[in-house]
Amino acid sequence: MEMEQIVDKYFRAGRLPHIWCPGCGNGIVTGAIVKAIDKLALEKDGVAVVSGIGCSSRASGYLDFNTVHSAHGRALPVATGIKLSEPRLKVIVVTGDGDATAIGGNHFIHAARRNIDITVILYNNNIYGMTGGQYSPLTPTHSKATTAPFGTVDRSFDVTELAKGAGATFVARATTYHTPTLIDVITQGIQHEGFSIIEAITACPISFGRQNKMGSAANMMKWQKDNGVMLGAYEKMTDEQKEGKFPIGILYKATAPEYTAEYDKVIARAQKGAK
Amino acid sequence: MSYKTKLMQGNQAVAEGAIAAGVSFFGGYPITPSTEVAESLARELPAIGGKFIQMEDEIAGIGVIIGAALTGKKVMTATSGPGFSLKQELLGYACIAEIPLVIVNVQRVGPSTGQPTAPAQGDVMQARWGTHGDHPIIALTPGSVPECFDLTIKAYEFSEKYRTPVILLLDEIIGHMRERIDLPTSYDQIVKPQRKLPVVSPEEYRAYKPDADLIPPMAPFGTGYRWHVTGLVHDEYGFPDGTPAATQACLDRLHAKINNNLEDIVLYENYLMEDAEIAVLAYGGTARTAYASVDAAREKGIKVGLFRPITMWPFPEKQVKALASQVKHLIVAEMNFGQYVIEVERAVAGKIPVTLHAKYNSEAITPAELLIAIENISKQQ
Repeated sequence: MEMEQIVDKYFRAGRLPHIWCPGCGNGIVTGAIVKAIDKLALEKDGVAVVSGIGCSSRASGYLDFNTVHSAHGRALPVATGIKLSEPRLKVIVVTGDGDATAIGGNHFIHAARRNIDITVILYNNNIYGMTGGQYSPLTPTHSKATTAPFGTVDRSFDVTELAKGAGATFVARATTYHTPTLIDVITQGIQHEGFSIIEAITACPISFGRQNKMGSAANMMKWQKDNGVMLGAYEKMTDEQKEGKFPIGILYKATAPEYTAEYDKVIARAQKGAK
Repeated sequence: MSYKTKLMQGNQAVAEGAIAAGVSFFGGYPITPSTEVAESLARELPAIGGKFIQMEDEIAGIGVIIGAALTGKKVMTATSGPGFSLKQELLGYACIAEIPLVIVNVQRVGPSTGQPTAPAQGDVMQARWGTHGDHPIIALTPGSVPECFDLTIKAYEFSEKYRTPVILLLDEIIGHMRERIDLPTSYDQIVKPQRKLPVVSPEEYRAYKPDADLIPPMAPFGTGYRWHVTGLVHDEYGFPDGTPAATQACLDRLHAKINNNLEDIVLYENYLMEDAEIAVLAYGGTARTAYASVDAAREKGIKVGLFRPITMWPFPEKQVKALASQVKHLIVAEMNFGQYVIEVERAVAGKIPVTLHAKYNSEAITPAELLIAIENISKQQ
């Protein structure tokens, strides 16, 4: 399907243009989500998209599904309520690096721990964009931010490792440069029965790139191209070659009992009168 | 309807009321002295096909029920002071996004961890103003175990009818007190409060376009009505609208949908008030003391009665103003430093003296203490 048809089918009429800055990668990530949904031929009525607060979280309002723009960091509890109360719905969470790993960090690890069938698309632009460029838990150490004018001393999370450690059963990463990979891992993440997380690396030229002298939006995408390496190739690299690079693709996949299915067994046990 | 007699805690009666009202989803976090609400529903909900989830924190406890409410379920969370503070963020979200839900707050001594197992009524103002920004709220306060059951059903009636969060404000006395309750043997005959569903097609549906009663019909997620929910000020479609006109319209309607229906929402009890010259105003666990004090004072020939607000918020303005016209003196008894009395004094506006009988040392006000207060006022008349 051409992008124009995709927009007509999955974006709400009259809601565009979006609020994102010129050069922002969020549109590419959002486009990848709807292309994945289109590939899977999901009914729009059967999809719920839940977001938190921040630049990326505005995506929910543009999309023609059952959508919630919740509170800062709280997308996952709301999404958990939707999924557990109505498991037939496909629930997708759209969130940012600050939203998911700072104010929403507790919800993030616990949703992963439960292995509830929710797909999280974490738009990682390494910064709080909506508020104008403050450092997040995914801002690389020593980066400049408006709240770190002399560079951050905070160590950053590797959110894929965090998710894996917390119990997520599908963990992937892609960038806005590697769009086919991004669409592919989102598609597989949605299909996966369990908690899936896709880290989508997206450029914020205005609030992150500018402070850190990363050049134009195109230069920031070139950085993604030069440093994102498919996992298979990445694993064959020496430690020296790995310096500054990061793996993309499906990084981890496991099978584990899914939360809503397990809860159905609780209901069955309770209804039999067993404890 | 046939009944079975039980000896039951207030917290358990709340859980029974929730089941009777058709609740099918509970999310929460353990906290004294409210935990029995969660424990009861963890046991009872799966047996009727409902869902219970213990979340990672208090905020998630209300977040998860907002999600479940969006799929059309009747939902509950329960907490106490410290947790109630944490829930304020999403309580405001539920106000502006008009999500029906019931929050039980079993009050204990605060601030902070305070006295976790001891009673207080210190969250009265937090129930009214705890979340940020202007918003109306409905808060109901039961005065007995049977009333915990009835008012829980009432809370759902209001939350579904007015598309709003409702706070059930218990105190530790009522939450943990055990007394006789006659429960219906079956809840089938109890009228289940129902949410107003859209009658228009999905194409015509505007999620925040109100009917004449100012309440917009609410379509459950997954039924073909794809709508947008946001905590931002929004237009009739639910999409963000930053204009002053939209802001005013959004906030005006939120208030009007409650304030236009005070006759329906404001519940109260008058006890021995017909010829009263002194009135005691008391609520929740403190009202239990007040009945005894009023009875004892009556035996001594003092013309005293009790006015018991059952709906704490919206404030029973008309009723308190009427009290000020009837009696010569008003005594407000509450287990805090004096919270509700501020609102009472505002309504009375100096027409009659208002005396505060406050106790906040983690013990209930005793009938003897309140009797002395009544006698002292009586001697001044």
